[in-house]
Amino acid sequence: MNLLPSLVSIFDELTQRFGAQIEHAHAPQPNELYLHAKRELAGALCSTFYKKYDGRLAGVFAEDARAEHDVFFVYYLYALDSKHAFVLVRVPIPAEQPELLSLTNAVHAANWQEREIQDLFGIKLVGHPNPRRVVLHDDWPEIYPLRKDFDLRTELPPFTGVRHKFREVEGEGVFQVPVGPVHAGIIEPGHFLFSVAGEPVLYLQLRLFYVHKGTEKLFESLPIPHCLRLAESISGDSSFAHATAFCHAVERAASVEAPPRARALRTLCLELERLYNHVADIGAICTDVAFVTANMHAMRLKERVLRVNEQLTGNRLLRGMACLGGVRFDFDADQLRVLAQLVNEFEKEFTELVELIRSNSGTRDRLETTGVLKPEVARNLGIVGIAGRASGFDHDLRRDFPHDFYNEVQFTVPVFTEGDVQRRMVVRREELFQSFAIIRQVLGKLPSGSIRTAVDEVPPDRVALGYVEGWRGEIFHWIHTAPGNRLARCKIKDPSLQNWPALSEAILGNIIPDFPVVNKSFNFSYSGTDR
Amino acid sequence: MFETLRQSLKTGIVTSSYPKTPVEISSHARGKPEIDWANWKDARIGASVCPTAAIACEDRDGKRTATLDLGKCIFCGLCAEADATIRMTSACELSSCSRDELKNVARYKLASDGTQQSLIEMSGAVAMPIEPSSDSFETTGRELKRRVAHVFGRSLHIREVDAGSCNGCEMEIQGLNNPIYDIERFGIHFVASPRHADMLLVTGPVTRNMELALRKTYDAMPAPRLVVAVGACGCSGGIFGVNYASLGSVDRILPVDVYIPGCPPNPYALLHGILMAIGRM
Ligand code: SF4
Repeated sequence: MNLLPSLVSIFDELTQRFGAQIEHAHAPQPNELYLHAKRELAGALCSTFYKKYDGRLAGVFAEDARAEHDVFFVYYLYALDSKHAFVLVRVPIPAEQPELLSLTNAVHAANWQEREIQDLFGIKLVGHPNPRRVVLHDDWPEIYPLRKDFDLRTELPPFTGVRHKFREVEGEGVFQVPVGPVHAGIIEPGHFLFSVAGEPVLYLQLRLFYVHKGTEKLFESLPIPHCLRLAESISGDSSFAHATAFCHAVERAASVEAPPRARALRTLCLELERLYNHVADIGAICTDVAFVTANMHAMRLKERVLRVNEQLTGNRLLRGMACLGGVRFDFDADQLRVLAQLVNEFEKEFTELVELIRSNSGTRDRLETTGVLKPEVARNLGIVGIAGRASGFDHDLRRDFPHDFYNEVQFTVPVFTEGDVQRRMVVRREELFQSFAIIRQVLGKLPSGSIRTAVDEVPPDRVALGYVEGWRGEIFHWIHTAPGNRLARCKIKDPSLQNWPALSEAILGNIIPDFPVVNKSFNFSYSGTDR
Repeated sequence: MFETLRQSLKTGIVTSSYPKTPVEISSHARGKPEIDWANWKDARIGASVCPTAAIACEDRDGKRTATLDLGKCIFCGLCAEADATIRMTSACELSSCSRDELKNVARYKLASDGTQQSLIEMSGAVAMPIEPSSDSFETTGRELKRRVAHVFGRSLHIREVDAGSCNGCEMEIQGLNNPIYDIERFGIHFVASPRHADMLLVTGPVTRNMELALRKTYDAMPAPRLVVAVGACGCSGGIFGVNYASLGSVDRILPVDVYIPGCPPNPYALLHGILMAIGRM
């Protein structure tokens, strides 16, 4: 057992309390504790991790293991940030009685993910406050796509568009405003139903998963190298972050490590992805409060990064750059110069843009105290990433679980507690300044050597967790390998899946005209959520 | 206020204006893969590494039919890494009015070891090669403006619908509105309502959950109307293909006028495709 000492002591304490009901499985990584527990224990373990070890539920997902074990497995992923460790609890769900005791009443963060398990595996939730469908819309037939006996290519009868029964909000002067799924702008689809009394929003219901395209099931049908290209298409604006999280998982399963130069180049690309997305969001937030000039400057800066991306990796969204065991393309001296120059110019112009926004007091008036997500609520919902950090969540995988080259560079993690649109913008602004510093440090100590360790066929029946702090927040890919260089399961967790419910909370009491800017300040990925 | 003006003046005009500035596509950019068809020895190499089956082959009676389908290609360059007869070019303006024209099909006589002995015939885009256009954004845009004026009188209104994409295509379509490309200067506006639109720009493999919304959007448009399928997913279903949740390409739902390959297509490719669609009116 090569576990971290802190995990060993946690395991000892748990054994004292639960005895033989829990079992330590194996330690694929020193900072990951895998526990097998009885199904009844899920709730007790959960509250132990929350109360005693300052943990948080970072993911809930299932796997169909009926063929080998006659059960479904449900996994709970806990992040113990202060201990820099993860705990994965696996509980069996008998095939003949597929029922899962819901944890949502205690931990709201589990809400959508538990319902997703119910939709995709046909494991019935017991005690869930709102056990309705989430991934598969109301008119879907009774199918459970992630069960092994369901064929990916199954043809279903055409969509008839049965309307979702939203909860009724009643009262004098209350009326409802539906928006979507096709929105006014060039953005992704989703349906929002506002219940308003006069101007203020009383209640916002979200209906997503319009772009659910069977991605997780598809992972099970492709050879692992092709899966990597699929990972690039989970959420286009996070192509490289998702691809890298997937690479980490596969590399851990295959017990290989990317060479230092590859890890450095990955870090550069992750920061480039952060640059273009953060600046675009800052611009878009300004547009939504009618300060279009700022957005024009922001879009210009974004375009510059996209062009450098293309010069460095051949693709504006950094697609094709990721590869198992490292990266595909090295940067030559010219390219490194282009990157260094980009950072200098970007920083200069971005600083001017920041001044411009600061000098426009009207913008600040609109952004401050708008769309407040209170820290308690954020903590309750398990909100992560930039949205979390604007509401007091002091976590960043780059610092707490350093991957790639992040343990070689110095940076700070900006955290605020006000939780309004302004702070979500400021978190991005501060992170951009940190990014410049990170890129410069990486360029300053760029290791030489190879950019790729060969990854041969990945051994079957290994499990591994890959994670990356993307620009939006933490991304997890959990894989279970199968024979023939394939996957039996790939769970993808984009931060958006965790974070969407924050929007319903933050909009309460705000007026509908402020909805676009509140929504933009979160900028969740629909595709990353829906998969 | 003055600060805003000062910065705008200082920044000056950034809009791309070829021929004064050269076309801004890096020589590193990966566009269309180019196969040396006559000397292609083994299509199976490309087919085995291609993640979207853009390169595919089928053997029958000692003959092989090998296909390169640009409608599926995501320009990853893996085939060129594995097979020296394939080389990546930076050609990105690959739009076509016909889905079949995006497919290059070659038939070969097979040698006893399973490699290709000799080329028998070719069809598809190779017979009518898609020339990488040397036109700039500016020239294409001006041409577009002229045709828009001719066909629509004044301007072209586009409604964009994401019917299932990963949001990569949305990012590039939004880019058309940035000050560098600024496509409004060619009389092209993205509009909020399909009732105002002449053209529907559709991205993504169409998901089962979006099919109805897509149909309704189309039905709400006044005729004459154009449909443009954007990206590998819109053209062919891309890496997602057809599955329980994805219906695949846009043309399985709506009649498509123009296909714009790419993953995602860059702003040049998008403009080129929009221009081609107007040519259909
Ligand atoms: S570039 Fe990639 S997607 Fe296109 S044919 Fe080659 S391997 Fe296939």
